[in-house]
Amino acid sequence: MINNTKTIIQLASEGKRLDNRGLLDYRQPIKIETSISKSAEGSAKVTIGDTVVLAGVKMSLEKPYSDSPNEGGIMVNAELIPLSSSEYEPGPPGIKAVELARVTDRGIRESHAIDFKKLCIEKGEKAWFVIIDIVPLNDAGNLFDAAGLAALAALKETRLRPIDEKTGAVDYKGTTDTPLPLLKETLSVTVGKVGNHLMVDPTVEEESSFSARLTVATDKTGTISALQKGGDEPMTIEEVGQIVDIALDKAKFLRSIMDECFKNKK
Amino acid sequence: MAYEKRLDGRKINETRPMEAKAGVIPNADGSAFFKIGATAAYAAVYGPKEMVPRFLQDPKEGQIRCHYNMLPFSGSGERIRPGNKRRSQEISMVLKAALKPVVDLTDFPNSVVDIHVEFPQTDAGSRCAAVCAASIALADAGIPMKDMISSIAVGQVDGTVVADLNYNEEAYDAIVSDIPVAMTNNSKQITLLQMDGEISKEDLMTSLEMAKEVCEEIYIVQKNALKDKYKLPEGFVAKKPKTNVEKSNDKVTEEKSKPETESSNEKSKEDKEKQ
Repeated sequence: MINNTKTIIQLASEGKRLDNRGLLDYRQPIKIETSISKSAEGSAKVTIGDTVVLAGVKMSLEKPYSDSPNEGGIMVNAELIPLSSSEYEPGPPGIKAVELARVTDRGIRESHAIDFKKLCIEKGEKAWFVIIDIVPLNDAGNLFDAAGLAALAALKETRLRPIDEKTGAVDYKGTTDTPLPLLKETLSVTVGKVGNHLMVDPTVEEESSFSARLTVATDKTGTISALQKGGDEPMTIEEVGQIVDIALDKAKFLRSIMDECFKNKK
Repeated sequence: MAYEKRLDGRKINETRPMEAKAGVIPNADGSAFFKIGATAAYAAVYGPKEMVPRFLQDPKEGQIRCHYNMLPFSGSGERIRPGNKRRSQEISMVLKAALKPVVDLTDFPNSVVDIHVEFPQTDAGSRCAAVCAASIALADAGIPMKDMISSIAVGQVDGTVVADLNYNEEAYDAIVSDIPVAMTNNSKQITLLQMDGEISKEDLMTSLEMAKEVCEEIYIVQKNALKDKYKLPEGFVAKKPKTNVEKSNDKVTEEKSKPETESSNEKSKEDKEKQ
């Protein structure tokens, strides 16, 4: 792919972008659709401009880890499927997919967004484990933010399956009204550095022009729960401060879209 | 007891509700979404592009590659572990065989067309949905095709021949057979045929005839999806192309003596009327 890195840097110094957006504007439309998969316990499809990401939640009953016998758990997996971009090839997840999964995972896990103790059914024996699978349908950049939104929307929509009393196994055909014990709603915002300028919601082309990026996961109160710096170039402490400010502001914006989506649903 | 009334109340030759859309994945050269009942498929076509590694290239014609995959949360039971399984490998193979007869890549030697099909949710009949979605995506990508392919599963549930079995019918506690069929639309030839279960020759023939009829309905859904993509927006009025009528009129007033301009003026007027 041809990259107009020089043009992107020059435009950024004038506060402009290739698609006429401001440096701190998200693409439009931003859409969150839930219940896109009836097979999943919770699912969502998030659209940011041309980027489309699906997230699906499956619940399973497992033996808790020995260091936390009275807690359930979470696992996030991302697959960059070749359907979504000509850049991806079939096969086991590469480093890009692993990073996407782990950053999304930490945002949810480390903020203690889910009350894992409430997921325990029998201490040391049986607990609910939440498995979130993230797949882009069309990768047009900024998978981090789209994946964060999709994962949160899918978690909010998740309803537990009943447990068969005789066998103790999950009855995947049944449904209940029990939602996940969600304590917080964590969202991530990725800010990239182009030349000496900061930019949100990059396209694929802009992403590859980033000298550095920082993903910031925050909750409603503004508490930061996960950070991930990427890119080859360093970042100053001042820049980190600026980025966190931008991320808090943009998280508020994304949160309002999320709230709107779930308000309409009710 | 014979299977007289279908579990979900459909007529014996009635499919589950269908929905199709072309051009859903902007990155792809062609793409489609096809939904039948609770089975939903996304298909994307990338290519023709150079086949690498090069020893796989065919200098006579381009090739197609298919990749069928169920997303981890798309199963009706536990989460499906990602990765290549024998089942998806085999379905990828029959999917390729189902589409190959209509795809004409003789103009694209040494190239390959990749077809990826992914499922966010499934409820039986996924390979048929894959064929339907892939066929729309190929046409959307502008790949030369001799015909469209439509596909449906037919079969026998406790002695009754039905179309488009859902999961509950496949799992019905009696003698059941499930026959996925794919057919070309114009020539009505079979490009995919599999079957498991038990069936008599008579019922097999009835099933195939039923598949032929049902494929006709699916074809209309597929065709409409493609037409919808290229439909002009509502209230769209085509701009009249600028002809040189006005210009040549000026010329006529200026150079009345020249008969050539006159004739060209008339010609362009004729053209305009035709348009």
